[in-house]
Amino acid sequence: MRKYSVFALAREALRAHKGWDQQWTSPEPKSEYDVIIVGAGGHGLATAYYLAKEHGITNVAVLEKGWLGGGNTGRNTTIIRSNYLYDESAGIYEHAVKLWEGLSQDLNYNVMYSARGVMMLAHNIHDVQVFKRHIHANRLNGIDNEWLTPEQVKEFCPPINLSADARYPIIGAALQRRGGTARHDAVAWGYARAAADRGVHIIQNCEVTGIRRAANGAVVGVDTNRGPINAKKVGVVAAGHTSVIMNMAGVRMPLESYPLQALVSEPVKPLIPCVIMSNTVHAYISQSDKGEMVIGAGTDQYTSYSQTGGLHIINHTLDAICEMFPVLTRLKMLRSWGGIVDVTPDRSPILAKTPVPGLYVNCGWGTGGFKATPGSGNVFAHTIARDEPHRINAPFTIERFTTGRLIDEAAAAAVAH
Amino acid sequence: MLLIKCPYCEEERPELEFRNAGEAHLVRSPAISEQSDDDFAAFLYFRQNPKGLQFERWRHIHGCGRFFNAVRDSVSDKFLTVYKAGEPRPDVEALLNPEAASVSATAAEPAKKRAPRAKKGEL
Repeated sequence: MRKYSVFALAREALRAHKGWDQQWTSPEPKSEYDVIIVGAGGHGLATAYYLAKEHGITNVAVLEKGWLGGGNTGRNTTIIRSNYLYDESAGIYEHAVKLWEGLSQDLNYNVMYSARGVMMLAHNIHDVQVFKRHIHANRLNGIDNEWLTPEQVKEFCPPINLSADARYPIIGAALQRRGGTARHDAVAWGYARAAADRGVHIIQNCEVTGIRRAANGAVVGVDTNRGPINAKKVGVVAAGHTSVIMNMAGVRMPLESYPLQALVSEPVKPLIPCVIMSNTVHAYISQSDKGEMVIGAGTDQYTSYSQTGGLHIINHTLDAICEMFPVLTRLKMLRSWGGIVDVTPDRSPILAKTPVPGLYVNCGWGTGGFKATPGSGNVFAHTIARDEPHRINAPFTIERFTTGRLIDEAAAAAVAH
Repeated sequence: MLLIKCPYCEEERPELEFRNAGEAHLVRSPAISEQSDDDFAAFLYFRQNPKGLQFERWRHIHGCGRFFNAVRDSVSDKFLTVYKAGEPRPDVEALLNPEAASVSATAAEPAKKRAPRAKKGEL
């Protein structure tokens, strides 16, 4: 792999950009690997990268039924933050934010991590109490999160509407200054390039159709539409399709898959300087570096694999956005789309071993998995390599739904997050 | 937005009138204190979440207020049928292939149905 640098850029500028290498190769699948990762989204590719980089396991295949980063990695609204209530959540999301801060250098790929601040709006007394509780819990965990008065909200984000007769009055906000956004495609591409450079095979258009097990129940490989591939360890990182893949191994999951929609506007001049989230009215907005307003909506109410949702969900979000930012009322929306998110009952992920020896699962990120991409891949690689969880992901088991030791961010945030 | 038929009101109404209530036919054990932790977890949290036809509950919350069940394809989001709470699971095979299931239907009937469609295509 040739390193990307300002000198490489200058050299190629003089050579009409004819000397750039392919960022990753598309090898034919071998008959056997040490580890197979199912799903080449951000989390799967990050897992492969850290397996190679930190655990020296390079005989790895990442199987993807579509194209790399074409699922939820390429469909989310790219918000990064770590201001979660519970210690377990704070541990894993903060681990991710710390990796985000050095990720572009680590991967030699500009993932455009921009710590522009994530501001979560409080519209009622309940919001104020919840956010202040979060702020104190975060402080104890060493995570930055601060309370803003309405005047400070206006100062931090000038276009916001603070009028007293607003439909959703803003009576304060919680601000995590280290939160922000990153370029989602670049995250997938950067991990793919860095993993492929270390010998990982990224195999696209390769759908897993079965999980092969020995007589003793242990995993021995997978069946795919390109033939069987053997591996003693299989990590499932399949987001909305996790239930489908795990069903092939006879494991039922505490998951339901819902459509989640997002949309972008036409590009305009820089206007919104930060990320604005409103859990209460399900409106999430930031402005991309291209100038598009990137808007996220809530999930539909029914389970589905259709990658599309109802227009009334988007409508509801745009109602709220226009109330908060009247300046956007005449903006045209360019595209909307849906992704399928796998939601657990407590809205916390599962990163764990499974009842099947050699089968590992990383799922349940629900509506907010992008922010955790580096941290998730990092500790999941540890779990696969050592056959035991990392200290950070040890609480995120499947068994917690039997023992009752939930990590109940659903109750903490009173919303999918 | 889905268009949903309520089996009690017997008409199709917009999704906004309804509230989805998750997987159908989950039965709470009558002797819950004797149930194992695994069985209770399965009842409470573990779901089939199938890709394809699924049985689910809905409630006509802004209508008659009653719960009912539906069979819906989770890939196309199309409803196959709806039925009242307490009724057994419908025979999905019969609903998918009404001709094959109905013995009295003659072999000529499907061909007759297809004929006008072919004509439209020619025009």
